[in-house]
This record gives sequence, C-alpha cells and structure tokens, in this order.
Amino acid sequence: MLQVLTRRMLLKTAAVGAAAAAFSRRTAAQASPKVVVVGGGFGGATCARELKQKGLAVTLVEANAVYTACPFSNAVLAGLRPIEAQQLKLDAVEKGGIDIIQKKATGVDPQSRRIALEDGSSLDYDRLVLSPGVDIRFNALRGYDEAAATVMPHAWKAGEQTTLLRRQLEAMDDGGTFVMAAPANPFRCPPGPYERASLVAHYLKTHKPRSKLLILDAKDSFSKQRLFQAAWQDLYPGMIEWVSLSSGGKVIEVDAKAKTLVTDFGRHKGDVVNVIPPQRAGEIAQVAGVADRTGWCPIDPVTFESRLQPNIHVIGDASIAGGMPKSAFSANAQGKVCAAAVASLLRGEAPAEPKLINTCYSLVAPDYGISVAGVYTPRNGLLADVEGAGGTSPVNAPPSFRAQEAIYAEAWFQTITREVYG
Amino acid sequence: MSAAFAIMALTVPAMAQNVAPPGATACSGCHDPSTPGAVFPPLHGYPSGEIVAAMQDFRTGQRPATVMDRIAKGFTDEETQAIASWLSQQP
Ligand SMILES: Cc1cc2nc3c(=O)[nH]c(=O)nc-3n(C[C@H](O)[C@H](O)[C@H](O)COP(=O)(O)OP(=O)(O)OC[C@H]3O[C@@H](n4cnc5c(N)ncnc54)[C@H](O)[C@@H]3O)c2cc1C
Ligand code: HEC
Repeated sequence: MLQVLTRRMLLKTAAVGAAAAAFSRRTAAQASPKVVVVGGGFGGATCARELKQKGLAVTLVEANAVYTACPFSNAVLAGLRPIEAQQLKLDAVEKGGIDIIQKKATGVDPQSRRIALEDGSSLDYDRLVLSPGVDIRFNALRGYDEAAATVMPHAWKAGEQTTLLRRQLEAMDDGGTFVMAAPANPFRCPPGPYERASLVAHYLKTHKPRSKLLILDAKDSFSKQRLFQAAWQDLYPGMIEWVSLSSGGKVIEVDAKAKTLVTDFGRHKGDVVNVIPPQRAGEIAQVAGVADRTGWCPIDPVTFESRLQPNIHVIGDASIAGGMPKSAFSANAQGKVCAAAVASLLRGEAPAEPKLINTCYSLVAPDYGISVAGVYTPRNGLLADVEGAGGTSPVNAPPSFRAQEAIYAEAWFQTITREVYG
Repeated sequence: MSAAFAIMALTVPAMAQNVAPPGATACSGCHDPSTPGAVFPPLHGYPSGEIVAAMQDFRTGQRPATVMDRIAKGFTDEETQAIASWLSQQP
C-alpha cells in the first residue's frame, strides 16, 4: 500500500524507533516482547486473544475465576434468564496459548515496567494493557457505602449483586414501589438503567401489576430516551415515573436503614431500592497513575496509549473514549484496535488510524428491542462520531421491527461471548 | 538504531499479510465470522462485490435494514471496498 508520509507520521515513526532501541537494549536477551493485559472482561480478553493471534507472548491477569457478564443481566433481574447464562470462563482463552494468572494486580511501576500482584510476586512488561472496568465510588453519594449496597444493591457489577436485587424484587408485595437512583454521566452502559426499569416493569406487570417504579435521575436526558418513553407508555402505562434532574430527581444522600433516597426536595422510600452510584475507572488505573482528576483515563485515540504514562494502554469502560459509550461492544472493538496498535508499535511501525463501531441493544420487553449505533474515528485527539452515521432505531416502527431487534440483541450477545470466551 | 531494528524484526513476528483495514474488525462485533446459520449473516469468505453492493444499498436506503443503514453511512466507498476485500479473504 502506498502512503504519503506526512511530517507528523515521520516524527511519530522516529519516536517509535527510539522507543524500540531503548526496548531492545533492555530486553535483547529476551525471546520476544512481553505484553501483559490486566482484566479478563470484554475489553481485556478480546485484546489478549488478538495480541496472541498476532504472534505476541501475552499474559492475562484476572482476579476472578468466573466472569459474570453485565449485558443481559437486567433480564436475569426480571426472571427471564438464569444467572448461569451470564457466567463465562477463560478456559478457551488459556487453550489459545495465553498465560492466565488468576490474581489481583495491586501495583504498577511505569518506570521499571513492572506490575505487582496480590501475593507479592511481579511481572515485567514491555507494553501493559489495562481493561479493569469500573469501580463503584462508595461514599460519593452520602451514605452509600459497601454496607448500604447489601441493603440497596447497585447490581452494576453482575454477580451476587444481581441475584440479591432479584431476590428483593421477588419478595416485594404486589402494590410495592421499586425506586432507582440513576447517575450523572459518564457511567457504564448509558441505556442500562432504562433497560433495567423496562424489564423490571415487565416483571411487575406480569406478576405484581399494582406496583410502581420510580426513577430518580441526576440527568435531564438519557440514551434512547424517546424510544424508551414511547415504549413505556405503550407497554407499561402509568407504571414508570421518571424524575429528571431539573424536576428534583438528583439523589444527594441515601438512608439505607430507612430504605430511603434523599433529594433536595424530599425523601423517597422504596420497598426495593436500586442505587446506581457514581463510578470511576477500576482501582488499578488509579494506582498506575493513568486516571486523571475525573477518575477516568485519557488516551490517544489511535493507540489507546495513556496520555499520562508511556507504554500503558487503557481500553473499555476505564478509558475516556470520546463519543464511544462505555459498553461491552465498545470494549470489544477497542480491544481489537489496541492489539493491532500494540503489535505495530512493538514492530517499530506507525499504527494505522482506526475506525470503530458501537451498537447498544436494549430490551424494553422480551420481544421488543431498540438500539443505538455509532461509527467513530480519531478527531482532535478524541474518538469522535462520524457525522451522518449512527443514531437510534426509528421512533415509528411496527412491532415486527422491534421483535427483530430483540432477536438481534440476543444474537449479539451470542456472537460476542463466542468471540471473546468461546 | 538499525541494529536495534534488526533485533526487533527478529523478535516480533511479521504481520499477517493482509492487515485488517480500518473498521473491518468491528463488523464481527455482530457478524459471527463463520458459524453457519448464525442470525447475523457470516461475512468471512463472502464475495467482496456483494458486500460492497449491500453496503451501498444500505447507505442509500434502497435495501431495508434495522441497523446496517446507520452503520454503512459511517464508511466511504474506499473504506467499504477495503473492508469487503479483507472480509472476503478471511477463512
Ligand atoms: C446492567 C448492565 C447492562 C449492560 N448491558 C450492556 C449491553 O447490552 N451491551 C453492551 O455492549 N454493554 C452493556 N453493559 C456494559 C458492559 O458490561 C461494560 O461496558 C463492559 O463489561 C466493559 O468491559 P471492560 O473490559 O471495560 O470491563 P469489565 O467487563 O468490567 O472487565 C474488567 C475485568 O477486570 C478484572 N479486574 C479489574 N481490576 C483488576 C485487577 N486489579 N487485577 C486483576 N483483574 C482485575 C475484573 O475482575 C473484570 O473481570 C451493561 C452493563 C450493565 C451494568
Ligand atoms: C450492530 C450489529 C452489526 C454490525 C456491527 C454490523 N452489522 Fe452487518 N448486518 C447486521 C444486521 C442486523 C443485518 C441485517 C440487515 C439489518 O437489519 O440491518 C446485517 C447485514 C449485513 C449484510 C448483508 C448480508 C446478507 O447476506 O444479507 C452485509 C454485507 C453486512 N451486514 C456487512 C457489514 C459490515 C461490512 C460491517 C462492518 C463494517 C457490519 N456489517 C457490521 C448487523 C450488524
């Protein structure tokens, strides 16, 4: 392929060459450069497999033996799906020749390029990829600490929290109120709270039709809002009340003992209370010094390399990916692009400008799916929406269209889990 | 530095001949590459011309779609061509 070398590219190539020279001095004795990936979720496991496919030696550090996927965990909550359907293992990834270390990474030293593990052992890397997902910012919302989360689950990391909230919902009497606190942007899975409200409403309509659902929101608008609200009117009339920021929806404090959420304007007691709290990049990103004051990680949109530390790449929910939402779809797409960039950099080549896609499907009911899509490319140092592309499903569409998108939603989950864990 | 590059060249395996063009790896976010009978049509080994034609028809709206219209609009003719050619060569 013929390419005109711009001055910027030449400079970039020179910088890469210098890094490569330094690199080979340090590790000339080594058989091949070492890439370490922390986090075996949708971003990290994807990236590890792609790196391996490119012939690189990869070590994947993942704290848990079983990964519980968040996408479709709202269906688990609504009793439409067993939690087992969410549980994935790294066996196939390991069979693919990736070294898996089931430990928590506790430290990163960017200078010596070494990470520390919970048992005191350490690993050297030439390039490090972090895909640690999110951490809940406990106490950012007054009163919402780990103890409160056992009374008012967040269920924003799938697993025990999901089944706890499910049990609470099952135990609720007909005529009860489900109250949800939704966070300000940015947070993991922007349409997630509203998909959850929809599927909880589906459960209530089917089993406890006199019940109500209240969403207290720290925002004035949300993802796929018109589609969600139109569907709520159609499917669950009078059941879901959404209180926006400017109508006083922002929760400022929680009272776990009283199962009550506090706003500037009043107190809202629920029979079941779901707090989706503020979040930030997973702790290891904070420890590595790749997160900025927002708690999230600024990155180069071509390579996903941290803007704050060299040789460390950040993908998935933890990264500041411009227009790309924090989704499993994004994390998967970013994992592939990051792997290609890391391979290029280690080869001393300039990485290509990428193009990425995201699509988030949401279920409003088991046979009613909606989606939002986007295509992204680097612009002004960020991943920006390609204009004219993307957007949501049409506002006016026949039931057959919604049913088709519900089928595609499920098929998407099958494809991605097969690609990443199968 | 040239010596360093020589070492690099030895230690990092050469890239597979056909490097995925921009955007190509994102298609498998939905399209299972090769499982027959998958809900999203598998695209690996799919004739390049047919992918290009489908993408054009999705973009213009000539072909009805739930989501491909929104995705196809994000790619230029050249990009679509490169993606289609790469996909058609994948096993
Ligand atoms: C209710 C809900 C519904 C959702 N629905 C969808 C959907 O329909 N579609 C969609 O695309 N996305 C959806 N998402 C979002 C999706 O789950 C996330 O965007 C995605 O999981 C991000 O991937 P990640 O790799 O960044 O992080 P994660 O998937 O969270 O993976 C991080 C991994 O890193 C590990 N880890 C973290 N720190 C360390 C450490 N120090 N040492 C070792 N291991 C560590 C963790 O154990 C974890 O396995 C949903 C989310 C929620 C909460
Ligand atoms: C969000 C999921 C999704 C992504 C990502 C996606 N597709 Fe599709 N694709 C679909 C769906 C769904 C259809 C069926 C038409 C529709 O409803 O939009 C389809 C149909 C097609 C078809 C027609 C195939 C046939 O035999 O009828 C082609 C070609 C195609 N896609 C190419 C691509 C390419 C190339 C990419 C990457 C640039 C891509 N798709 C990314 C979901 C997706």
